Amino acid sequence: MTAVTSTPVTASPPSRLRRWRKADPVLILSVLWCALAILVAVAAPLLAPYDPSQTDILAAAQGLSAQHWFGTDEVGRDIFTRVLYGARLSLLGPVLVVVIATAAGTALAIAAVWFGGWFDRLLTRVLDIAFAFPPLLLAVLSVVLFGPGLTAPVVALAVAYTPYIARVVRSAALRERHLPYIESCTLAGLSGPRICVRHILPNVLPLVRAQAVTSLGSSLLDLGAISFVGLGIQPPSAEWGLMVADGRTALLNGSPQESLAAGFMIIITVVAFNMLGERLAERAEVRA
Amino acid sequence: MTLTLHSAVSRFSGRTLWRIRAIVRRLAGAVLTVVVATFAVYAALAAAPGDPALALAGRNPTPERIAQLHQELGLDRPLVVRYFDWLSGLPRGDLGQSIVYRNSSVADLLGPRFGTTVFLVVYAAVLILLLGLLLGVLGGAFRRLNGPMAALTSVALAIPGFVAAPILVSALALGLGWFPAVGAGSGFTDQLWHLTLPALALAIGWCAWLAQITRTSLRAEKASEHVGTATGRGLPPVTVFRRHVLRNAAIPISTVYGLTVAGLLAGAAVVEQAFGIDGLGTLMLRSVSAKDYNVVLAVASLIIIAFVVTTQLVDALHTVLDPRLRTKGGRK
Repeated sequence: MTAVTSTPVTASPPSRLRRWRKADPVLILSVLWCALAILVAVAAPLLAPYDPSQTDILAAAQGLSAQHWFGTDEVGRDIFTRVLYGARLSLLGPVLVVVIATAAGTALAIAAVWFGGWFDRLLTRVLDIAFAFPPLLLAVLSVVLFGPGLTAPVVALAVAYTPYIARVVRSAALRERHLPYIESCTLAGLSGPRICVRHILPNVLPLVRAQAVTSLGSSLLDLGAISFVGLGIQPPSAEWGLMVADGRTALLNGSPQESLAAGFMIIITVVAFNMLGERLAERAEVRA
Repeated sequence: MTLTLHSAVSRFSGRTLWRIRAIVRRLAGAVLTVVVATFAVYAALAAAPGDPALALAGRNPTPERIAQLHQELGLDRPLVVRYFDWLSGLPRGDLGQSIVYRNSSVADLLGPRFGTTVFLVVYAAVLILLLGLLLGVLGGAFRRLNGPMAALTSVALAIPGFVAAPILVSALALGLGWFPAVGAGSGFTDQLWHLTLPALALAIGWCAWLAQITRTSLRAEKASEHVGTATGRGLPPVTVFRRHVLRNAAIPISTVYGLTVAGLLAGAAVVEQAFGIDGLGTLMLRSVSAKDYNVVLAVASLIIIAFVVTTQLVDALHTVLDPRLRTKGGRK
C-alpha cells in the first residue's frame, strides 16, 4: 500500500501558511488576476452590462463614457462587454492546449525514459524534427486540413507544445530513473507502469506544473496571433486576438479602444501566467 | 623522411577525419530534418479537402476533363513520387505553378515579396541583438538595475507583435506622426522608415527574452568561483567582465539568439498582416484561404529551411565559443 520509499514530503499546513505570509506581492497579484479572469470567463453573462452581439448603429464608434466604459466598436457593440465575454474563448483555448500537450508530453517522456533504447532515441529524433515547426506554421497546416475555428489551432498548438514539455520532463525523469529508490521499487517487485505513475510521475510533477502554467501564457499569445490573422475563432465571436484585428479600421480612424483594450487584456493575463509559472519553477528547483 | 611524413599524414588524417565525420553527420541530420519536415507539410497539403482540378475545370466538368487535369497537374501519381519530384526542383528554384494565378510560377510570386520580408526579419534581428544585449548587460552588470530590468523584460515578454502593432501605431504613427502606419515603402531609406515600427513590433518579445537570458547568465557567471578567482588575482573589473563573465555567458546567449532568429520568419507573418505589408507571410496566409497550396508549401518550406540552417549555424558557433566541445568532437 505505502511505497517503499516515500516521495519528498509535501508542504504541511503550517509551512504553507508561512510561505503565504512571505509571498511577494507580484505572486499575489498574479494569482488574483488569474482567479479574476477565470471568474469573468465563467460569469460573463452576469457581469456584462450588454449583450455581446447586440449592435447599435446609432451608438457606433463611441469613445469612453459612463454607459460604455471602453466605448463601442464600429457596429455599436459594447467593447467592455465583449472584453468580458472574450475571456471565455481566449482562456478556453490555452487551457485545452496545455491539458493535451502536458498529458501527451509527460506520458511520452516518462515512457521514453522507462523503456530507453531505440524508443528513447526515436522520440528524441522526432522531437528534434518537431522543433523545426513553428506553432504558427503547424496552425496553418491544421487549418488547411480541418478548416478555421477553435479546434484546428488547438490541435496544432497541442502538437507544437508537446515536444517542449516532453523535453523538460524527459531530462527530469531521466534523473529520477537512476536514483536508488527506483531500483528498490524494482527489487520490491513493483510493475513498470506502477513505478512510472506512482513514483516517477509524482517526483517530476512540480516541474510539469510549472511548465504547464508557463505554456498557458505562450499558448494564449499563439492562439491570439492565430485568431488575429484570421485562421482561428471567426467573427462575430468575441475573442481577444480577434478583437485586436477587428479594431484595426477604427484604430486607423483614430479610435484605438477596441484593439488596445483586448491587447492589454492579453498582455496582463500573460504576465500573470508567466509570473506564476516562474514562481512554481523556482519552487520545483528548490525541491529537486 | 618517409617516417616523419607518414606520421604527419596519420596525425593529420586522424583528427581531420574525425572532424569531417562529425560535420557530415551533422549535415546529414539537418538534411534529414528538412526532408521529413517538408514531406510532412507536403502530405498534409495533399490530404487537404478539395480537389484543385475541380476548381480549375470550371462549371460542370466531364470526368474525362478532370482526369486530364489530374494528369496535367501530376495528381495521378503516388504521393511520394510527387514529393521527390517537387524536392528535386527545389535546388533549381522550381517551386511549381500557382493554382490561383495560372500564369505565374510560385517563384514569380515569392520573388518580389522575399526582399521585403528579409528586410523586415534582418531589421528585427539587428534590433533584438542591440536592444536585447544592451538591456541584458545593463541589468546583469549593475546590481541596482537588476530589479527594474527583470520587471521590464517580464512585461515585454508578454507583448506579442500583433498587440505591439496597435500600441505603436496609435502612439508613434498616428499620435506623434513619426512613422507611417501601413505599407512597406520602396528604396532603402524609405523601407527603413516604413519598416521601423513593424520591426520593433516583431522584435519586442524576442528582445525581452534575449535580455532576460543575458541578464541571468551574466549574474550566474559573476557569482561563480572562477570569476571570484580572477577578481582575486587583481585583474581590472573590465577585463574580468569581458574575458571571464561575458565569454562564458556567450554560449546561452547565442543559443537563445539563434532560436530567436530561427523563429522570426514565422513571426513576421503576423506582423506583416498587422501592418498591411505585402510579404511572404501575408502571401502564405492569403494562399491558405485561396487554397493555393503550392505557394503555402513553398513559404512553409522556406520557414523550415531557415530554422534548420540557423540552428546549425548556432551549433557551429558553439564549437568556436566553447573549446570543450571541439575536443569532444562537436556534440554535447
